[in-house]
Amino acid sequence: MNGEEQTPDQTAPIAEVRGAVKRFAAPEGGVITALDEISLKVRMGEFVTLLGPSGCGKTTLLRAISGFEELDSGEVWIAGQRMTGVPPHRRPVNTVFQSYALFPHLNVGDNVGYGLDVAGVPRRERDNRVGEVLERISLVGFERRKPNQLSGGQRQRVALARAIINRPNLLLLDEPLSALDRNLRQSMQLELKSLQNDLGICFLFVTHDQEEALTMSDQVVVLNNGRIEQVGPPESHYHRPATRFVAEFIGDGSLFSGRVEGPIEDPVLATDDGLRFAVGRGAPIGRKATLLLRPEHLQAAPAEPDAALGVVDATLQQTVFLGATRKFVCRLVNGATVIASPAGAEALSGIAPGGTLRLAYHRDKPHLILETHDGA
Amino acid sequence: MVLKSNTRRLGYLLGPTTLFLGIFFLGPLAVMFVYSFLEPGLYGGVEWNFYHWNYGRILGWADSEWEAFDPVYAEIFLRSVRIALTNVAITLVLCYPAALWVSGLSPRRQTLIVFLITLPFFVSMVVRLFAWVLILRPSGFLNSSLIGLGLISEPIDIIFTETAVLIGMAYILLPFMFLPIYASVEKLDRVLIDASSDLGGSPRQTFLRVTLPLTLPGIAAGSMLVFIPSLGNFIVPDILGGAKVLMIGNLVEQQFLSARNWPFGSALSVMIMIVMFLLILIYLRRVGRAGQNG
Repeated sequence: MNGEEQTPDQTAPIAEVRGAVKRFAAPEGGVITALDEISLKVRMGEFVTLLGPSGCGKTTLLRAISGFEELDSGEVWIAGQRMTGVPPHRRPVNTVFQSYALFPHLNVGDNVGYGLDVAGVPRRERDNRVGEVLERISLVGFERRKPNQLSGGQRQRVALARAIINRPNLLLLDEPLSALDRNLRQSMQLELKSLQNDLGICFLFVTHDQEEALTMSDQVVVLNNGRIEQVGPPESHYHRPATRFVAEFIGDGSLFSGRVEGPIEDPVLATDDGLRFAVGRGAPIGRKATLLLRPEHLQAAPAEPDAALGVVDATLQQTVFLGATRKFVCRLVNGATVIASPAGAEALSGIAPGGTLRLAYHRDKPHLILETHDGA
Repeated sequence: MVLKSNTRRLGYLLGPTTLFLGIFFLGPLAVMFVYSFLEPGLYGGVEWNFYHWNYGRILGWADSEWEAFDPVYAEIFLRSVRIALTNVAITLVLCYPAALWVSGLSPRRQTLIVFLITLPFFVSMVVRLFAWVLILRPSGFLNSSLIGLGLISEPIDIIFTETAVLIGMAYILLPFMFLPIYASVEKLDRVLIDASSDLGGSPRQTFLRVTLPLTLPGIAAGSMLVFIPSLGNFIVPDILGGAKVLMIGNLVEQQFLSARNWPFGSALSVMIMIVMFLLILIYLRRVGRAGQNG
């Protein structure tokens, strides 16, 4: 990093997508825009996640990078080379497929060695590298097994090993953990992350699971309807979502839309149905905005709330025990639901469902999403 | 208890089939096997004494009483095997690319094409073969078209040649090659092709290392379904080969119906079965080893 050692240039994008557009004919007629002017840079050594609901275009974007989809317009660049017209087998990327796509007629060793075999790597080097990679994913001794003799987790590892043996600059992973059970998925998440650290190559990971995205990524790209909603480190998506979609998609919380009203030293967000939420000083008066109240922002209001606190009156509906914390599901006067999950829950635990309670939050904590153009 | 009642139920289910095959399949086979070791009667029928010259005759050994050494039957045997193998090769080369192409079409078109391929079964095979006679004969459609186009001046001799027999045989047995191959190609998971290509496999490498091995079971099934009826076929050589292209099937037919030499006909049939059995065994060993992984 400090220029003494020969470290890879951290700022050079290893892959870049410029203005990618891809449209499909919908089966019921009409056109689906899977990618709508997507531009994206992936830098050396980063773990980047494409996150979004199914049908948001994330898999199409991945397939455009690996070469299985031709873009209608826009370009893909990998390692400084334009990929337009370059077939998948000539692109310096490898993919871990959602269904693993292991060759059923080849054993584990031949599956893993496939990339080296088609490249004509000499037998001895090939065997050494297969052995190395199998060791890295702890599958030594499984060389002769067929894919149908492996468990789901082992198949996953073989798919991973097969994809990294060619030492690609960029590894594409298409929801590779979605077929695994919860425990296995969580341990694989950590394993993937450490593998990526060790290899120092860039992972571009597609998922619809926000937890996966937040756990592993350096950068999260949230996609919706073929457009990028927000790019940044996971924390920024959680604490400062750029759009209402991101706020709803990532984490728990309640959203209230309205208009910011003065006075300037005590701005409030006034909703159409008459609720008023204190917001941070400096909020632009007169702008339409959406307030995001996360469960951890809310706690029991003190008897004498000071000016830094926003106060909400609510009716308790339900208490949910979560182990380390409790979740209080409350109803506001307009019927909206908020969930409070304060660090110390003692002050609220005495209230029975149906009882009224007063919640408070620090007015600077909740994020205010400003609408970019009024009237939307 | 459960096992017992299941076994009994299986017995009920398999009973009729076993009975039917026992009487109408194994029975005639046994009769044929016994007949092949009996002496032919002078005016048809059999003499009930052990006689091995039926088999000797097939291999060409002279039976002092009947004839001198002449491997004519062995030659017919070899020709039949050659024609059957050539036919397997022709239908395979025609059907494999076609099956690959069809499996890439929309489901509706696939159904349509599979229906079209089975359509000829609705018309009698003999009628369809006579249609080929009309096409291939010297004044037929093919020759008059070629002459009309000025490509040839004299009609080509196709009808009553081995070529005509091969054309007719391939035509009749094409669906038996296509359908099993299509079934295995259609079952092939396309993401495996993507995976190979993603790992750097060129289209050629992908075909040789992934597509071909995974569709071998279909090729094996199709080859057998074409080889067996080709070897024993006597209608195609009869109609399109005239008297010139005699195949083993014609020989058997002649022995039973014209020469009334049932023991020799039976010996020929047993030989056909033995040859088929051996060839299939070899084939299954080789293809089975490569394809058992699929």
